Amino acid sequence: MTTRVFSSGIRRREDPRLITGRASYTDDIKLPEMAHAAILRSPYAHAAIKSVGTSGAASQPGVIAVYTGADTAKALNAIPCAWLIPNSDLKTPAHPAIAADKVRYVGDAVAVVVAETRYQAEDALEHIAVDYEPMDAVVSPKGAAQDGAPQLHDDVPNNIAFTWAMAGGDTDAAFSEADVTVSDTITLQRLIANPMEPRSAIAQWVAATGELTLWNTSQNPHIARFLTSVVTGVPEHKVRVIAPEVGGGFGSKIPYYPDEAITAFCSMQLGRPVKWTETRSENYQITTQGRDHVEEVEMAATSDGKITGLRTTVYAGLGGYLSTASPGVPTILHGLMYSGVYDIPNISGTVYGVFNNGAPVDAYRGAGRPEATTLIERLVDLLAARLGMDPVDVRRKNLIPKFENGHDVATGLTYDSGDYEATLDACLNAAGYASLRAEQERARQEGRCIGIGVSTYVEICGLGPSQVAGAVGFQGGLWESAIVRFHPTGKVNVMIGSSPHGQGEETTFAQIVAEEVGVDVDDVEVIHGDTDLTPMGWGTYGSRTTAVSGAAVALATRKIKEKSKALAAHLLEAATEDIEYADGRFFVRGSPDQHKTIQDIALMANVAWNMPEGMEPGLEASAFYDPPNFTFPFGTHLAVVEVDPATGQIDLQRYIAVDDCGVQINPMIVEGQVHGGVAQGVGPVLWEGAVYDDDGQLLTGTMQDYALPRADRLPDIEVLSNTTPSPHHPLGVKGVGEAGTIASTPAVYNAVMDALRPLGVNRIDMPLTPEKVWRAVRADQNGG
Amino acid sequence: MYPAQTTYHRAGSVSEAVQLLSANEGAKVLAGGHSLIPMMKLRLAAPAALVDIGHIAALKGISASGDGLSIGALTTTGEIAASDLVRERAPLLAEAAAQVGDPAVRNRGTIGGNLSHGDPASDPPTVLTAMGATLNVTGPGGERSIAASDFPTGLLENALEENEILTSVSVPSVPSDAGSAYVKFPHPASRYSVVGAAAIVAVEGGACSSARAAVGGVETTPTRASSVEAALVGSDLSDGALDAAAAALESDLTGDPMSDIFASAEYRKAMAVVYLRRALGIAASRAG
Repeated sequence: MTTRVFSSGIRRREDPRLITGRASYTDDIKLPEMAHAAILRSPYAHAAIKSVGTSGAASQPGVIAVYTGADTAKALNAIPCAWLIPNSDLKTPAHPAIAADKVRYVGDAVAVVVAETRYQAEDALEHIAVDYEPMDAVVSPKGAAQDGAPQLHDDVPNNIAFTWAMAGGDTDAAFSEADVTVSDTITLQRLIANPMEPRSAIAQWVAATGELTLWNTSQNPHIARFLTSVVTGVPEHKVRVIAPEVGGGFGSKIPYYPDEAITAFCSMQLGRPVKWTETRSENYQITTQGRDHVEEVEMAATSDGKITGLRTTVYAGLGGYLSTASPGVPTILHGLMYSGVYDIPNISGTVYGVFNNGAPVDAYRGAGRPEATTLIERLVDLLAARLGMDPVDVRRKNLIPKFENGHDVATGLTYDSGDYEATLDACLNAAGYASLRAEQERARQEGRCIGIGVSTYVEICGLGPSQVAGAVGFQGGLWESAIVRFHPTGKVNVMIGSSPHGQGEETTFAQIVAEEVGVDVDDVEVIHGDTDLTPMGWGTYGSRTTAVSGAAVALATRKIKEKSKALAAHLLEAATEDIEYADGRFFVRGSPDQHKTIQDIALMANVAWNMPEGMEPGLEASAFYDPPNFTFPFGTHLAVVEVDPATGQIDLQRYIAVDDCGVQINPMIVEGQVHGGVAQGVGPVLWEGAVYDDDGQLLTGTMQDYALPRADRLPDIEVLSNTTPSPHHPLGVKGVGEAGTIASTPAVYNAVMDALRPLGVNRIDMPLTPEKVWRAVRADQNGG
Repeated sequence: MYPAQTTYHRAGSVSEAVQLLSANEGAKVLAGGHSLIPMMKLRLAAPAALVDIGHIAALKGISASGDGLSIGALTTTGEIAASDLVRERAPLLAEAAAQVGDPAVRNRGTIGGNLSHGDPASDPPTVLTAMGATLNVTGPGGERSIAASDFPTGLLENALEENEILTSVSVPSVPSDAGSAYVKFPHPASRYSVVGAAAIVAVEGGACSSARAAVGGVETTPTRASSVEAALVGSDLSDGALDAAAAALESDLTGDPMSDIFASAEYRKAMAVVYLRRALGIAASRAG
């Protein structure tokens, strides 16, 4: 009897190498004859390039070559956008790898130096003479869309890259007939993803074979291969992309960046391997940021708190250029989630995607859903305040009742399964909600400002059915594949097309194989991140890896099991239908002693001395899994804060998370994902935000200025869970990578506003820095 | 993140360090490197030469000196925070040193480097100003002493003459009948002080017999709170008296106020009053 490891919190096998510094990242790789690239970046957010003089740099010590946009334009195609949302009048202005005539954000590439060492390359950058003609910049997404705003791209009037609208029901009627309406303007500021490992690329071009190898910090090496082929013209089968250890991404390592293309270009020009690794300062300037929404939102309801309508106008900043997935994030992943966990019959939204003079914006942990959940949960709290109701009561009144197999919402999605009230109840019980409210009342009598914030959420993940991907303009599929290979000794390699980078699938996917065919979990090794070694896959993002790739692993392992059954029947001289399986053994029904272990089967299949007529040797199977629907995890989070009105400082005192991500393969990893996700969602409420000045200069350009969440600023996070399996998934799992980020922002924001409500404060733009809170409190005192 | 080229010199003694500084135009002193190296990596500083004083044994360590302390310039803030001698004789300094940066910074960053760099949002300059400490320096012209309050002369500027090196800090003890406190409002990213408030309050017969106070992070150099001190002495240290004394800080804040995207000058000034009030309350409660 083997110990069952599925649904148990076994330790992550990734961790020993990660926490002892033994992991090998892209920048750790050193190739013979490798040269180093440094990229000259624009100090202006918006400027015409009059000339770029490279001769001074070319003669510096160690310099091998200096290239400008004029050089790369001859050899490279433009950096493509890969999510072309339909029916939105989408404009796709060219995004050159190196800017040739105009720069559009601070950090836009202007030239590249290749030298024998990185130091020499950096020194030479100072000798490139660029003649800029600075132009007015525009940073605010709404401001950029106004008449008269500085224009980033000649062929994009008012900087509006797309106008996307969705509607379900009759929203105008809902508002005109509403007893009450509430509204707000919500700013979700730009966020910097801050993976521990900055981005890096090494390109190795071998002219003799016509092969290009790219080591790259990518969340999706197969997409990177495809796009490398598109940009460089090297055919896809001659491109190999390797994502070695990747130290976090949070979405910022999904896109295909100019830097990878520039590195490949340099290697192809010089016939030498070339490495480029961004500095942390570059990471802050050029790596895609998240959010940048200005949301004008309103909610209609009856006087007893039944929500009847939701209407939004959103200005979503895109930065200077379209990034790989950027049009899909504020639209498909955002607007379609406007119903949240509530039964809202009438919903409409318009999203303007707007170019502005900042780093390109793309998916960042949660990608569109935090921006949706925040506005919904904010409006629900405003509605409760307007009606004098407890915010929990308003939620309860509007929750979609429990369903096990499909529920349609007004945005057109069909949620898979949900029991929203159960997580609400679990969270309130764990928090001791009634006594918390009593304690809050006592504190108010003493002049202390305690606040309680609740957020009930549902998110969309497990992206997704490829047919839907095509219908919404995603320029690829969203299925995953896996190969499960048994060696003669019964040890197993699993090759997957997705590319985990910290999430723990090397552990959880081994747990899946162990569960399906009873091998020891330590006998399974999961291989990922190399396009030559792994089957096709679309990558790790959107909480999709376990939900989609994990299903492919399960299905491939089930094929192994079927073949094993047939081979066992042959070896045991029984009919296949008489063979039963339990705990890694195949036995004749009624005679458990008459058995073959999976290891016996693996050995025989590999040596093939005694196979049934017509059965191929080997024990290997592959599976392709295209999900029939998305998965929809959900939950309830609750935060307790105390605000010091004298300083405006906020102390997050308690945090309770109840998540239902379906079946859990490894609860410890689930808990870790919730911890990290919560921290990453609290950050923008209390501390984080990329700040650009009116000239487009990044004022939060270092970690001295950009306030990341820190462990010592967070309470112990109380993590609980429920389990509502996804009805359509082979394992019943849904995904949990982003849940914490999606739920925590509104929970903490609502808690702070709950604390400040007696002081007359209803809204403050995030992040809720002490000075902003202090001013809001004083404004009310002075005004009142 | 890639500094410009420089040359490195290791000094074996203070006199050799002074010599190396004199011989190398544009040289900078390297000790713990926690201020200089990040500036070099960002190419905000590109010294032609570095004179490493980190191996000069004479500059290390904490010793009793009279009833006060002598602290070598190479002593790390971590060593100061952990020192029994400092905790006993100058608990205010230990309390502030324990709040500098994070453990990695405190294990490498030195008191001499901290003071010489002169970031107005750093903690040691504020408490040393409050305590009336003296900084000892050596240069081509020999040794001299500078009052801690006179050492910073502006934003990242100090009273060191060319090729002078800070060698030690003389710290007077806090009288045993006095209470002290350092209360800090750390910036959420940098951990530097948005406001740092230091207070020493002595009590005799239920009234304040002497007081010293300073705030940092508000102006380009630490602010000695003389008006606050005057308001405290002779008072009964009641809540009302402490409120009134802290409010007097406004008249001490006459220098250049700092302002940034996290905290405006107006907010810093208001927080300086709030934090000094808190420091005074804790110091008073620890007195006697």
